[in-house]
Amino acid sequence: MTDFPADTWTVAGRTFTSRLIVGTGKYKDFAQNAAAVEASGAEIVTVAVRRVNVSDPKAPMLTDFIDPKKITYLPNTAGCFTAEDAIRTLRLAREAGGWDLVKLEVLGEARTLYPDMRETLKATEILANEGFLPMVYCVDDPIAAKQLEEAGAVAVMPLGAPIGSGLGIQNKVTVRLIVEGAKVPVLVDAGVGTASEAAVAMELGCDGVLMNTAIAEAKEPVRMARAMKLAVEAGRHAYLAGRMGQRRYADPSSPLAGLI
Amino acid sequence: MAAEILLTVNGEPRRIAAGSSIADLVAQIGLDPKKVAVEHNAEIAPRSTLADVTLSEGDVLEIVHFVGGG
Repeated sequence: MTDFPADTWTVAGRTFTSRLIVGTGKYKDFAQNAAAVEASGAEIVTVAVRRVNVSDPKAPMLTDFIDPKKITYLPNTAGCFTAEDAIRTLRLAREAGGWDLVKLEVLGEARTLYPDMRETLKATEILANEGFLPMVYCVDDPIAAKQLEEAGAVAVMPLGAPIGSGLGIQNKVTVRLIVEGAKVPVLVDAGVGTASEAAVAMELGCDGVLMNTAIAEAKEPVRMARAMKLAVEAGRHAYLAGRMGQRRYADPSSPLAGLI
Repeated sequence: MAAEILLTVNGEPRRIAAGSSIADLVAQIGLDPKKVAVEHNAEIAPRSTLADVTLSEGDVLEIVHFVGGG
């Protein structure tokens, strides 16, 4: 089998081999979640920051199942609708885990979970000034992506479709434009529903894909996690290989010369 | 005879002996301080200082940890 040169990606000075980041929400239990993470090959998982249940302090914790020393925890700000709430959440996350690398998302409304870019940009600037390394969930808008980068985002993460929708990448043109214009890694975050859609993100030249529901809500989450690992790798290889040009009509694959 | 003070912890009222520190509160609840982060009156309370901060009547605390999320 041919060996290809090692293909890694780097965000804020940290280098990873896996281009798949997986969420840790919506799983049946922690054991299934841990098995899915393993099958996905992910080196980074997103986690949320929430109040401890003070009436049941001995309840199992995520950290008991997914070891933060082996897998990078990327704390998120899911559920935050203002820059202030998101920043407050990440300050706590930094204290809880000691990580500067964080996922910022500031949502605009519950129905679409579409990002509020005005608040997102404001939060990015403040976080970057406080020494955070924010990977930022954003709209699939190349100008907004540029502005985030200028504000200190260490990665831009445009949505492919609304969070949890599984509708696939709706706007391949704008995702490609973001990739072409970005100096920081670009990851499609949200919207992927099945393996082919993860491959599409990678074929567009994205550095990675972040997903949660597509794995957690599959009939067999652990198998889907493996499918996503393979799809991300396949899409990446296809991008690096460079796809063939498209023709409007057929072009025979067998020679015409020597035909009997 | 130890007097008690009233706090708000994660949105709920909670009593603790006067003179207790944040570390005492975390221990009283039964949490591993290495796995949580504490916000004290809207300011981060660094883990290294939890034993040094004495709680006062009416203090508001948020104690958080990591949970599954996307």
